[in-house]
Amino acid sequence: MNKQEALYNYTLRLADDTLIIGHRVSEWCGKGPILEEDIALTNISLDLIGQATLLFEYLAEFNEDGKSSDDIAFIRHANEYKNVLLCEQPNGDFGQTIVRQFLYSSFAQIFYRELMKSKDAKLAAIAEKSLKEVKYHVKHSAEWIIRLGDGTEESHKRVEESIDYLWKYKNELFFTDEVDTLMIAEGIAPDMKEFENEYNTFINHILSEATLEIPTHGWEQKGGRTGVHTEHLGFILAELQYMQRAYPNMEW
Amino acid sequence: MSNKEWPLWEVFIRSKQGLSHKHVGSLRAPDAEMAISNARDVYTRRSEGISIWVVESEKVIASNPSDGDSLFDPAESKVYRHPTFYDVPDGISHM
Repeated sequence: MNKQEALYNYTLRLADDTLIIGHRVSEWCGKGPILEEDIALTNISLDLIGQATLLFEYLAEFNEDGKSSDDIAFIRHANEYKNVLLCEQPNGDFGQTIVRQFLYSSFAQIFYRELMKSKDAKLAAIAEKSLKEVKYHVKHSAEWIIRLGDGTEESHKRVEESIDYLWKYKNELFFTDEVDTLMIAEGIAPDMKEFENEYNTFINHILSEATLEIPTHGWEQKGGRTGVHTEHLGFILAELQYMQRAYPNMEW
Repeated sequence: MSNKEWPLWEVFIRSKQGLSHKHVGSLRAPDAEMAISNARDVYTRRSEGISIWVVESEKVIASNPSDGDSLFDPAESKVYRHPTFYDVPDGISHM
């Protein structure tokens, strides 16, 4: 694998993470528990899809086949999507969506902070813009975790179940293979292994403040980065790809 | 499940430096911090502001509409309270 291929794959993974979790959050549009939260979730979704747009536009710049950013984003099979499994997990109840966002955004906050130092000017610029948005996503989800965890008996129980369900997916955020190794060597990607402790410390700190039990099992579920997905991705793609499949090359 | 509704908050936004905060509307939130957060999402998503105040609606003391006669009507006959009886120098345009 040469540097160009690695950069493409590396960027595609980031693009897919933001696209898929952005789409998931967008499923709340019009269904939020209250008007204020409906708007908050929709804003977050738009932030994430905006980040995805920048990343897919970057991918379109160095694709030899003349594929547009829409082609790359929408016209692929499920096993060609490289998002981590966490991003495609169902919304569940409000608490589960918040836990998913918290686990993802807490990672993204550290990740973008480090990616700002990338030798790839485009990725560094996207990281700088995204970081401001992600900081708010962390604040929003962490505040909710604390309130739900330290809220009523039912909210505590429900959010604890969500943490237990999603816990196995969080370590894939730190997935590393030859793509990452090459990008780290080139000074393009941060070595996220160095920040795993910082991430876990932060997560555990918020969970403790929320009086929630931190799962002790180390069971991990991986696959998204290599194209092996949970059954949920197919359903997301059916909805996400409908317009491009039904009306190929359509534009808005 | 409790049906207790979250308290109502009044939202004030300062649109830019030098201007005062202006009342823009209200919203519901469980506490002050979330009220700021919600106000940011509901009222500043199109770059409307640089600063937010929230005040719990029940903390706002309002004048009673039925007191309107005694509070406001007496001012109507006092035109001399308006600074209109002297000449404004040229060059002062926003008086």
